[in-house]
Amino acid sequence: MTADKALQPSIRVRGIRKSFQNLDVLRGVDFDVRAGSIFALLGSNGAGKTTLVRILSTLLKADAGTATVNGFDVAARPGDVRESISLTGQFAAVDDVLTGRENLLLVARLRHLKNPDEVADGLLACFSLSEAGNRKAATYSGGMRRRLDIAMSLIGNPPIVFLDEPTTGLDPAARVEVWQTVRQLASGGTTVLLTTQYLDEAEHLADRIAILHKGTIIQNGTLAELKQLLPPATVELVEKEPSLEDVFLALVADGGETDTAGDDRSDSAVRVRKESR
Amino acid sequence: MTTHVLGDTGVLTGRSLRHILRSPDTIITTAVTPIALMLLFVYVLGGAITTGSDESYVNYMLPGILLITIASGIAYTSFRLFLDLQGGIFERFQSMPIARSSVLWAHVFTSLVANVVSVAIVTGVALIMGFRTGASVAAWLAVAAILILFTLALTWVAVIAGLTAKTIDGASAFSYPLIFLPFISSAFVPTSSMPGPVAWFAENQPVTSIVNTIRALFAEEPVGVEIWVALAWLVAVFVAAYAVAIAMYRRKIS
Ligand SMILES: Nc1ncnc2c1ncn2[C@@H]1O[C@H](COP(=O)(O)OP(=O)(O)OP(=O)(O)O)[C@@H](O)[C@H]1O
Ligand SMILES: [Mg+2]
Repeated sequence: MTADKALQPSIRVRGIRKSFQNLDVLRGVDFDVRAGSIFALLGSNGAGKTTLVRILSTLLKADAGTATVNGFDVAARPGDVRESISLTGQFAAVDDVLTGRENLLLVARLRHLKNPDEVADGLLACFSLSEAGNRKAATYSGGMRRRLDIAMSLIGNPPIVFLDEPTTGLDPAARVEVWQTVRQLASGGTTVLLTTQYLDEAEHLADRIAILHKGTIIQNGTLAELKQLLPPATVELVEKEPSLEDVFLALVADGGETDTAGDDRSDSAVRVRKESR
Repeated sequence: MTTHVLGDTGVLTGRSLRHILRSPDTIITTAVTPIALMLLFVYVLGGAITTGSDESYVNYMLPGILLITIASGIAYTSFRLFLDLQGGIFERFQSMPIARSSVLWAHVFTSLVANVVSVAIVTGVALIMGFRTGASVAAWLAVAAILILFTLALTWVAVIAGLTAKTIDGASAFSYPLIFLPFISSAFVPTSSMPGPVAWFAENQPVTSIVNTIRALFAEEPVGVEIWVALAWLVAVFVAAYAVAIAMYRRKIS
């Protein structure tokens, strides 16, 4: 909101490297996330999205490079970073034995809020969980668990929110609900970094999109900028603007060990690109 | 951050105590086996055992039974810790601005509460079965202190098991030898009735000194040097297990 806050990126990542045994997962990742924006990190299975999010949320130490979150270095001042963030991990982190309401109360108390009951009830209502609030989380459907999970992360209004594949496993309606929540967060000034494998999710939601591939960010820009990477469709083909999916598949097509992108599809995307040159 | 250690530990202990309240079977299961053993030894085998004292057999064996109760109770501690580590909830806690050691201490306090309840249940059954003592309040407090120290020492062993386990069975399997240890001690039969090498082991392993101390306290007899041997063992195990567990935990979360 203030000018100087807007100038300083909320998240700054420089040369982050991480390997597990002899597997180089991150090989020098650089990017900035502007305060109050939604930043989408796209990548195939195993690209290292979760690893990066875990480094930024102080759960894992990088081998090299620096990262600052809300101005605090993740390695030197992890406590301050934790004060500034909330993490919604790839797999719902709720306590199955507790009720939805108790889960929210637990987090509210751990964040030392003055009015945990009000906060819990407010969030239950906001995430359409009021009726299920007094049921054990173990009895929730996948979508309900995810909503509870995200609600738990929003307690205490941290200025930066990490969402690791927030809509995986949700039905279309629930996805749209999560998207709305994310937009609300960003319009309230929260910085959101989300990872996703759904290209349309990035397309609909993100202010900027970065593609993580083979350990580095191979592209980083707005949707419009990424679309310009592919020349417009040629006249021989049916007039169609390249979708983000085309861009993505073309960019990651060069023989990577990605296991999601069907080879035939990426091949055709490359062909489209070559033909139109 | 550190100013919240106590508060955070309190909140997290409340959480895992709630887990126990929601599945009280963990406490019942903990108490059932020792009670069954007690029935077996008192009403089936006890008649054939000569303890060499004029105490009733239930008086003789209760200290060992209480140790078995605790040794099986702490299996649930590593079980609960393992489940937390497996689920995402542990990482959620680690990414929050809470005192990081609170997460472990909450499990330790929960273990203490659960074991105190189990021990109370088993003692209650022993009273029904005819356990009697004229022990003073001070002696009772001494027994309670020894049992609490025993619980804490084994709980930190359980924390190591919970932190290192790869499977859910592995998380509790470590407790089997601990449960078995009282059988090769003075808990059920005098060590003098055992063959040489076994007797040597029995006389020099920690359970015997702990059992003898508690037995003497209940019987209003002097505890002698045994209490110091027992305390030395307990403190040594506690300190060693605590140090190893904390080092492992640090490595795990960084
Ligand atoms: N603790 C670990 N030990 C060893 N290898 C690991 C560890 N964590 C991650 N990896 C490996 O690092 C690579 C990147 O994993 P990561 O979970 O970051 O990918 P991702 O982009 O989040 O994938 P997905 O879309 O499937 O969630 C994978 O090959 C994974 O097997
Ligand atoms: Mg992932």
